[in-house]
Amino acid sequence: MIYARNLVKRFGDFTAVDGIDLEVAPGEAFGFLGPNGAGKSSTMRMIGCVSHPTSGELRILGMDPVGEGSKIRGRLGVCPQMDNLDPDLTVFENLTTYARYFGIPRAEGRRRAAELLEFVQLTEKAGSTVEPLSGGMKRRLSIARAMINEPDLVLLDEPTTGLDPQARHLLWERLFRLKQRGVTLVLTTHYMDEAEQLCDRLVVMDGGKIVAEGSPRHLIEAHSTREVVELRFGDETPASYVEKLAGIGERLDPLPDRLLLYSADGDAAVSEVHRRGFTPSSVLVRRSTLEDVFLILTGRTLVD
Amino acid sequence: MGGTFAVLERHLTLYRRLWQASVFSSFILPILFVVSIGIGVGGYVSDIGGVSYLAWIVPGVLASTAFQQAVGESTFSVLGDFKWVRGYHAMRATPVRIWDMVAGWLLYIVFRVLIGAVAFLAVSAFFGAIHSAWVVVTPLVCALLAVAVAAPTIAFSARIENDSYFAMLFRFVVIPSTLFAGVFFPVSQLPEALRVLAYLSPLWHAVELCRSATLGVAPPWPVWAHLGYLVLWAVGGSLLAYASYRRRLKD
Repeated sequence: MIYARNLVKRFGDFTAVDGIDLEVAPGEAFGFLGPNGAGKSSTMRMIGCVSHPTSGELRILGMDPVGEGSKIRGRLGVCPQMDNLDPDLTVFENLTTYARYFGIPRAEGRRRAAELLEFVQLTEKAGSTVEPLSGGMKRRLSIARAMINEPDLVLLDEPTTGLDPQARHLLWERLFRLKQRGVTLVLTTHYMDEAEQLCDRLVVMDGGKIVAEGSPRHLIEAHSTREVVELRFGDETPASYVEKLAGIGERLDPLPDRLLLYSADGDAAVSEVHRRGFTPSSVLVRRSTLEDVFLILTGRTLVD
Repeated sequence: MGGTFAVLERHLTLYRRLWQASVFSSFILPILFVVSIGIGVGGYVSDIGGVSYLAWIVPGVLASTAFQQAVGESTFSVLGDFKWVRGYHAMRATPVRIWDMVAGWLLYIVFRVLIGAVAFLAVSAFFGAIHSAWVVVTPLVCALLAVAVAAPTIAFSARIENDSYFAMLFRFVVIPSTLFAGVFFPVSQLPEALRVLAYLSPLWHAVELCRSATLGVAPPWPVWAHLGYLVLWAVGGSLLAYASYRRRLKD
């Protein structure tokens, strides 16, 4: 579906995407994970054929995005990061006017619009204008709109950013159903739980480069430990315990408020802490998540 | 072509929802103009070229309404579709091409101007201001004028970030053009230097063509020269619009 070799995107002096390689197979749910400014959206825009690569090779659905952009876009469904629905049109009209952009006959457009509104649970809102809808409803409508041309490949740029938990879970469930139907999904996110829920395979981007690649499970195994122990101490700073606890687990990561201890066996690590005579004020043993991988790989410095 | 009509269809769907807002400026205001100036001022003014002042200004108001409508519609709506609604970004993600976006908008403007022109002519005929069957070509002249001025206006709207430029466009371009392009008095009344400015304005050429059609007299320049000048603006403006849209939607 997507094939990229040494793909580069520069804006003046700034290199947004710095030589990435990618391959996405049909039916796959593929994720781009990374902090803001990592180059995820620039990559998505090149895949969506709205921005031309500065250099490198890119093939979408076996075609060249520069020469055959219009033809490729006809087979893509795009859900943009910023909603661009028509606020003065009704929910239903938003879908039918968009269908026309793909050359879909009016009657067929209406049939698909009704079906898609059912799918994203917006049937009761069909006659309402878009303006008063909640963020979650607008997002669902954007996803329905991206499906109007029955695309081979759906691109979702931060699909659940800014939504409340209920709206996110509903959206995930709908996206999961798309995936089950065999639709190829490519999404960007900076939510680790989203990537774990939806993606078969993902890449972590940082500074325009791919820093890790694999399934969520594989990434956790390769870059983190099976379990993480979060220790809080009442008396001194977590950093001061790094030396005292050296040798326990595989890695110690002091944060301002707590100490993370990466270990294959969390309970054993906690016993060792106690054996050395330290009594943390709180102890939490949990499974390692993509979030740990992400922070290990991209660091803790705040971007923006 | 399909893309162009899909874009036109979107604008028409929006118009069907919002048309009430434009009734006053498109239909009522031009008629008030003709009634107040044509009849009010006309009472103090003798005939011009053998026709009543009312009959003389009707073609001028017809063309200047098309002019103002074409420019006015192509400002906030177009900037909004780039900046706030992002309707053009939505189109950009589909097979619709940049030419479709430009042509779809221009066709929409032609549609708007045509209904305005036909409604205005119907009322003018009622006042006995139409003197020739050639009047039937005036909506087409208005349509050409609309493209000639809407195309560079959308090019402008696609380049700016801030809507305060529109106030300047109206103050320094639209209003002076309306006042000095032969709408309310013949440009022969103007000093030589200002007359050249009138000749440069596409509005003057459309006013003279409409006037010659409604009164059944020959225009000051050959018809092909007036039309050619308008076509030049339409083509040049469309190329500019294409370049501006492309730039705005790139990266």
